[in-house]
Amino acid sequence: MRKPTTSSSLQMMPRFHPPYISPSDTGTTCFKETTRRLGYLWHSLGNEKMVVKVYGKAQAVCPQRVMHCLVEKGVPFELVHVDIDNMEHKRPEFLQKQPFGQVPYIVDGDLELFESRAIVRYLAEKYADRGPNLLGQTPEERAKVDQWLDVEAINYNPWAFPIVFNLFVLPIRGLPANEDDASAAVDKLNKVLEVYEKQLSKTKYLAGDEFTLADLTHIPATRYIVENCGLSRLLDDKKHVKAWWEDITGRPAWKKVVSFVETGGSNYSP
Amino acid sequence: MAVKVYGAATSTATVRVLLCLEEMGAEYELVPIDFFTGEHKSPPHLARNPFGQMPAFEDGDLILFESRAISRYVLRKYKSSGPDLLRDGSLEESAMVDVWLEVEAQQYDKAISSIYIETVIKPVFFGGVTDEKVVAESVEKLGKVLDVYEARLSKSKYLAGDFLSFADLSHIPYTQHIIASPHASLFESRLHVKAWWESLASRPAYKKVTAGVPTSK
Repeated sequence: MRKPTTSSSLQMMPRFHPPYISPSDTGTTCFKETTRRLGYLWHSLGNEKMVVKVYGKAQAVCPQRVMHCLVEKGVPFELVHVDIDNMEHKRPEFLQKQPFGQVPYIVDGDLELFESRAIVRYLAEKYADRGPNLLGQTPEERAKVDQWLDVEAINYNPWAFPIVFNLFVLPIRGLPANEDDASAAVDKLNKVLEVYEKQLSKTKYLAGDEFTLADLTHIPATRYIVENCGLSRLLDDKKHVKAWWEDITGRPAWKKVVSFVETGGSNYSP
Repeated sequence: MAVKVYGAATSTATVRVLLCLEEMGAEYELVPIDFFTGEHKSPPHLARNPFGQMPAFEDGDLILFESRAISRYVLRKYKSSGPDLLRDGSLEESAMVDVWLEVEAQQYDKAISSIYIETVIKPVFFGGVTDEKVVAESVEKLGKVLDVYEARLSKSKYLAGDFLSFADLSHIPYTQHIIASPHASLFESRLHVKAWWESLASRPAYKKVTAGVPTSK
């Protein structure tokens, strides 16, 4: 259980204001709003355990995946900067938390997790009762979400990564890139996107007709590919992929993530 | 009605799904897909798995691909007739299962699959020549991953915690082959990894499925 506040801090305690209850309130709205405000009250008492901490670099793909999921679910978080450029993620203290020396990892109360795709599954499950349903409603829908989540991890990312790494990350660091790796990856990714085109001509999103985690995990890397690597042509000749891309990147939650990153944000509140 | 798995015993991804079906005592039919004739790239199979890979899975109208997604579906569908390998009832435990499943797919698989592909798949299936440089690099990578596993398994009995989970079983398909090779020393030299592997290999489901999987040339 949480430690109680000391009497000296009682003077500075923020007030809890009960929510306005409209005549049309069903009771559930009041309960949810009350719970939400009590949650923020608890947080503002200095109980840092309420806020999820995301450890990573804001511009990196994997932390963005996690931040997007948090924003979709309206969950406040703190982004704790990890100085990747100076190899902080390879130092012993970091490796205690993420033994493979990668970002992100999160701390949620007593729970510490790494691997962004595992983190977003956890968040989608934990906050299943709020925001969009990111995991499907039935076992069959859930299986489709799992399937396309794995497609991203196993069939898409192996090509997306060398493109972003060689055509975006290395040039920024002024380091030589492997053009052949990038070029080969572009061809492979194009073939994968042809499969996506077929799927998206049948369903609005990858796993069905609702936006899910399976769509979400694609966004950060693909955005760099399209906007920073000069490869919008990969989508331009695929009508359905292009429409899907415009739809998912048009989501308010994603736009908030982009803005948060661009403005150097460290604390997010919905 | 029995579910169908379209694949081959020589396909490590197919083995992953078969292991889960056996663990849960499910009734299933393995429909062989012939790798050598390119059947996995034929239109009927592409209709099930548009990436032309093995396995594909059919449960009535539901068709799935990606072995780990299929496995999750199977473990949930037959939940009442086998061990709890996903820990869906606990947010924290299921999160740890997901973490180590990602580690398997992202860190472990990449290192170990290269060794198997270079030393077995290439020469046996494609008449190619093993690239010893790639093997050496992959062995080094796998060694580093196994160092992390050794540290982890010295703190908990299995990867996700003190309970066996799908995260552990998901490692079996490739590991089975490497254990039967000279590179077994990677596992045998690490005390806790060795014990962990022996625990997995002693399971009846493991013995049944791997009996049908050739491990030598």
